Amino acid sequence: MSDLRGVIVSHAAVAQALVAAVKAITGIDDALTPVSNEGCGTDALGERLRDAVGAGPAVLFVDLPGGSCFTSSARYAKKGGAEIAVVTGVNLAMLLDFVFHRDISPAEAARRAVDAGAKAIRVTA
Amino acid sequence: MTLALYRIDDRLIHGQVVVGWGQPLDCSFIVLVDDEVSSSDWEQDLYRMGVPPQIEVIFASVDQAAKQFPNWEADARVGILLVGDVDTAVALATQVPQVKRFNVGGVHHRAGRKERLRFVYLTDEEADKLRALAARGVEVTAQDVPTARAVPLGEFT
Repeated sequence: MSDLRGVIVSHAAVAQALVAAVKAITGIDDALTPVSNEGCGTDALGERLRDAVGAGPAVLFVDLPGGSCFTSSARYAKKGGAEIAVVTGVNLAMLLDFVFHRDISPAEAARRAVDAGAKAIRVTA
Repeated sequence: MTLALYRIDDRLIHGQVVVGWGQPLDCSFIVLVDDEVSSSDWEQDLYRMGVPPQIEVIFASVDQAAKQFPNWEADARVGILLVGDVDTAVALATQVPQVKRFNVGGVHHRAGRKERLRFVYLTDEEADKLRALAARGVEVTAQDVPTARAVPLGEFT
């Protein structure tokens, strides 16, 4: 199985910042591709996703569970032709787990991401 | 209250609409007028996911919207009406003369369109259609978020 690609789909520059943070922490810079919705309608965002996903397989990490990033990602996953899973509520913790576990299916990686991401959200004081 | 915002936005339901406008307007329902979305349960589920449960989402074709419009206007709650393109806005305003204003909130780049504002790209034909709408008494302005200035049609077409 070829290694999964992670594509972060966000408003403004959140995706680029997350990619930079993953590289700063792990040194890995070839697992994640940032996609911003800046200046995009639905068609243009779909094209950016196609460029980022390539032939797949891929996991799309979307910032919010609704909105243009999400609707375009879900639409692309359904119709884009590649093997794709979509996870919403992207955070740094799930990405750090993902980049070290890319030899699994998109669906498995998506479940791992939800688990790792949720574990990082807690009240500490 | 009634429909407080009539918006042309090719992203339809998204953050600027639900949060950016929805919060300050205290919006309780969103009417999404689009012939394609109104005939697809899958698309409707997608758009519903971006809306908190306390906000009702109503999907309608242009024809259905023309019939339902008096009910939305009479609704005691505040609502937002969305269309995805200039043609749908024109079709709605033609069938429903009570529609007296449109906010151009996001029409993005596509082949044949020219940049008019950072968030508004229009073909010459689309610009003509908006001017024709205005000539019929519909106030057309461009404004992506409430804190921005409402740009009059004459400044971007």
